[in-house]
Amino acid sequence: MKQILILAYKLLVNDKGKYFALLVGTTFSVFLIVQMTSSFAGILTKASATVINIGANIWVMDPAATNSVLSNVPMPDYVLDAVRSINGVKYAVPLYSGTALVKLHDGTYQAVSVIGLDDSSLVGRPKLLEGDIDDIFAENGFIVVKDEEFPKLENPKIGTEFELNDYRGVIVGIATVPTGGLYGTPTLYTTYYRAITYIPSMRFTISYVLVQPKADSDIPYIKQQVARLGYLALTNHEYQDAISSYLEYKTSIGTNTLLMTIISFLVGLSICGQTFYTFIIENLEHFGALKAMGAKGRELVYVILFQAGFTALVGYGLGVGLSTLLITAAKLRLPEYTSRLTYTNLSLAFLMVLIIASISGYAGVRRVLKIEPFEIFRG
Amino acid sequence: MPKAAIVADKLNKWFGVGEARTYAVKEVSFEANWGEMLYIVGPSGSGKTTLLSMISGILRPNSGSVAIDGRDLWSQSDDEIADFRLNTIGFVFQDYHLFPRLTTAENVAIPLILQKRNWGDALSTAAQCLKIVDLADKAQLPPTKLSGGEQQRVAIARAIVHQPAILVFDEPTASLDGDTGRKIVSFVKAEILTSKRCIILVTHDSRIFEYSDRIMEMEDGRITGFQQGQTV
Repeated sequence: MKQILILAYKLLVNDKGKYFALLVGTTFSVFLIVQMTSSFAGILTKASATVINIGANIWVMDPAATNSVLSNVPMPDYVLDAVRSINGVKYAVPLYSGTALVKLHDGTYQAVSVIGLDDSSLVGRPKLLEGDIDDIFAENGFIVVKDEEFPKLENPKIGTEFELNDYRGVIVGIATVPTGGLYGTPTLYTTYYRAITYIPSMRFTISYVLVQPKADSDIPYIKQQVARLGYLALTNHEYQDAISSYLEYKTSIGTNTLLMTIISFLVGLSICGQTFYTFIIENLEHFGALKAMGAKGRELVYVILFQAGFTALVGYGLGVGLSTLLITAAKLRLPEYTSRLTYTNLSLAFLMVLIIASISGYAGVRRVLKIEPFEIFRG
Repeated sequence: MPKAAIVADKLNKWFGVGEARTYAVKEVSFEANWGEMLYIVGPSGSGKTTLLSMISGILRPNSGSVAIDGRDLWSQSDDEIADFRLNTIGFVFQDYHLFPRLTTAENVAIPLILQKRNWGDALSTAAQCLKIVDLADKAQLPPTKLSGGEQQRVAIARAIVHQPAILVFDEPTASLDGDTGRKIVSFVKAEILTSKRCIILVTHDSRIFEYSDRIMEMEDGRITGFQQGQTV
């Protein structure tokens, strides 16, 4: 078997023109598929940025508002008390999430996301790069997140003052978070009480109740009891999935990504399929000669499948490498570039390239199995 | 070892059905012996290539039998027949069918590769065969860099590299000039044919008849006569 595969390899790579065309087709297809799905994965991750950054185990919310952290429906204070009284809850704290306008020194306004952390525990606080977390309790204290949106606030320093909804604000800390937001707005952290004071609110003010269960086994019961209150409790992953699901199925982003991925697949399939088929047709008489000399049908099938599979694997490697290179280069130049390589999109690209190789190989196998060695004799 | 290398008995091959049935080979029986170079000659369409295909395990006859070295060929399974071709027959095709993307040595090694011999050993044996056909210095060139006569010798080297008992040549001189054709066939007769080998050669090139041991004439799918080759 090994010998005939070496023969298959030589027949493939020594035909440099065809092999190059096959690699270009596969690489380009994988590159497009990985680019599209990585961009989408990046969007999904950034859409769940607050959920990831706060990191709470359970999020209690109004069931009508699960699409994004910013589109929450405030809940009355009694929900917090009721959740705290559920068996299995270690602690529960309120969280405010909203938007406001910051007046910059040049007189323009910049929209910001404001996260209000529970005053007594500061659950969900970010990791500070500069400053002291206790200063968040100082008068008008805000912590700014140093992410790709940070320059939009004119690169504030500790002590920088700003105006937020006609209130004075002071930067008391500069923080970092695991994931930047999707919506292109800088993020400010402050206390829950200050947030609901400075930002106009409806009658109810709690955006979310963050819950820490005593044990994972308590989660189903907590969810059940929250549901009896008329609210929804989602684990961190469930909430991220809900946000992803909204973007995937209820916005055009998911549909467009899917369409572009399918188009990339079809482009790859058409280039590779056609080139590989031409490669087989041009070598048909050689396959016939091999058959006449004693090669069995299944050995010729191995030859073709090896050639298709080898091309697919090399093309996959090149495509993923090219994508990684581009994403890395883009992130160096454009910090807000939204793209993320995940095992899921790499697996998807691998699956698609295998399908491309299978279809291309199948067309070749059909032709080769049909050829009669007698045709070789007849010329 | 039986005296007859090949025994064909009442071979029939037809194409089409009903009134459209056309016989390519009809009731052909003959024997070819070890150490013999048997020519099959006749005009185009006389059934030479069809007959050659049936005795070399490539085309199944509609009726009749072929025994190679006393063993019935067409009673075997497809895989056994493929193995028979691989181990017992050496083919020299009319158009050579050399692989342009492989070196000359790799081309010659193909039957050994199909026999699953180690790649290095196969190339080494192929190099020895290229010496026999006086092409040792062309081992690393692709066949496209060789002349027609050299390509024919590569095809011969490929046909003998796995030491087959039977060699079949289909119009070996069709693409060669008279001198080259004669040189090739005289070389085959002198160097390749042994007492343990039988060569069947299909041709209509009368310039090489002098090298045959026996000539079988065909017309319209039937044998029309035999002649001693040296007397032609």
